[in-house]
Amino acid sequence: MSRLRKSRWTGILFATAGLILMGFGIYRGEMSVVLEKAVNICMECIGIG
Amino acid sequence: MDKNKGINHSVNKNENRYIGTNEWKRHGVQVLWAFFTNSYLLGFVQGKIYRGRLKNLCVPGLNCYSCPGAVGACPIGAMQAVIGNWNFKFAFYAAGFLMFVGALMGRFVCGFLCPFGLIQDLLHKIPFPKKLRTFQGDKLLRKLKYVILVIFVVLLPMFVVDILGQGAPYFCKLICPVGTLEGGLPLVLLNKSMHSALGWLYAWKNAALLVTIFLSVLIYRPFCKYICPLGAVYSIFNPISVFRYRVDKETCVDCAACAKVCKMQVNPVDNANHPECIRCGACKKVCPVNAIH
Repeated sequence: MSRLRKSRWTGILFATAGLILMGFGIYRGEMSVVLEKAVNICMECIGIG
Repeated sequence: MDKNKGINHSVNKNENRYIGTNEWKRHGVQVLWAFFTNSYLLGFVQGKIYRGRLKNLCVPGLNCYSCPGAVGACPIGAMQAVIGNWNFKFAFYAAGFLMFVGALMGRFVCGFLCPFGLIQDLLHKIPFPKKLRTFQGDKLLRKLKYVILVIFVVLLPMFVVDILGQGAPYFCKLICPVGTLEGGLPLVLLNKSMHSALGWLYAWKNAALLVTIFLSVLIYRPFCKYICPLGAVYSIFNPISVFRYRVDKETCVDCAACAKVCKMQVNPVDNANHPECIRCGACKKVCPVNAIH
């Protein structure tokens, strides 16, 4: 466990896994939900909705 | 004895050197990054938000996408938006982004790339008769951010849904003071039409912001330590991230200067990549024998 933590490869492996997850999310269209939310004023975020 | 005297002198000298220069250099990077990610200046004039395609992309720090200047999306907001969407129920894009950034940098993001981190840093510089370094229950309270991450960012938007199956961004709605500061205050000030819609939620969020501001003067980065779900995610990756600290145990003289200077109450000699370390570099600068790399 300690060796895994010390190895930079663990970080690289997780970063790659992150990229793959991002790619999968983009593939199934999650980015359009993010865009739609982000380009409109989020009423909940500013304390109105 | 003489050797220790020499080290102590060096420690004090290094502490002064750190306070004098390094922190302001870091603040310079924080300001530049905050400006870069909030560069839609027209929004602050017109009371509108940027509506371009750049908002497809998340920024690494906690930066409300309803801030008039924001040119990117908040990763925590993005995660709740997708989880709360009737069509998806899990946010692979935002989770993958957080995993990617966390695995590369860990909480370096908190130290250098988060606008709200910068605001708390500056607030803590305001003089106050008694600043609190730590208190009873501090360690336990730091676990709260993980509870908030699981409950308000994931579970509530996933399961507490309306008749269409849509969940609200509960963290943004009920807790996040960033949305109030960066979005709520400027937008309400610049749009008179919004005044009639203000109610208990706006009052609650402003109260939460005021408490956060007051506590930030008293305690170093209370929001990062106890509340921030983004910090919680990055802290999980801190021990394995590619960018990390290393303590050369053979060079280290155990003077404890690094632990003393750390405002997050981490001892780098025990764990150089502790989940609470925001990689501000204070320990690295203060070390009299340059044992931290």
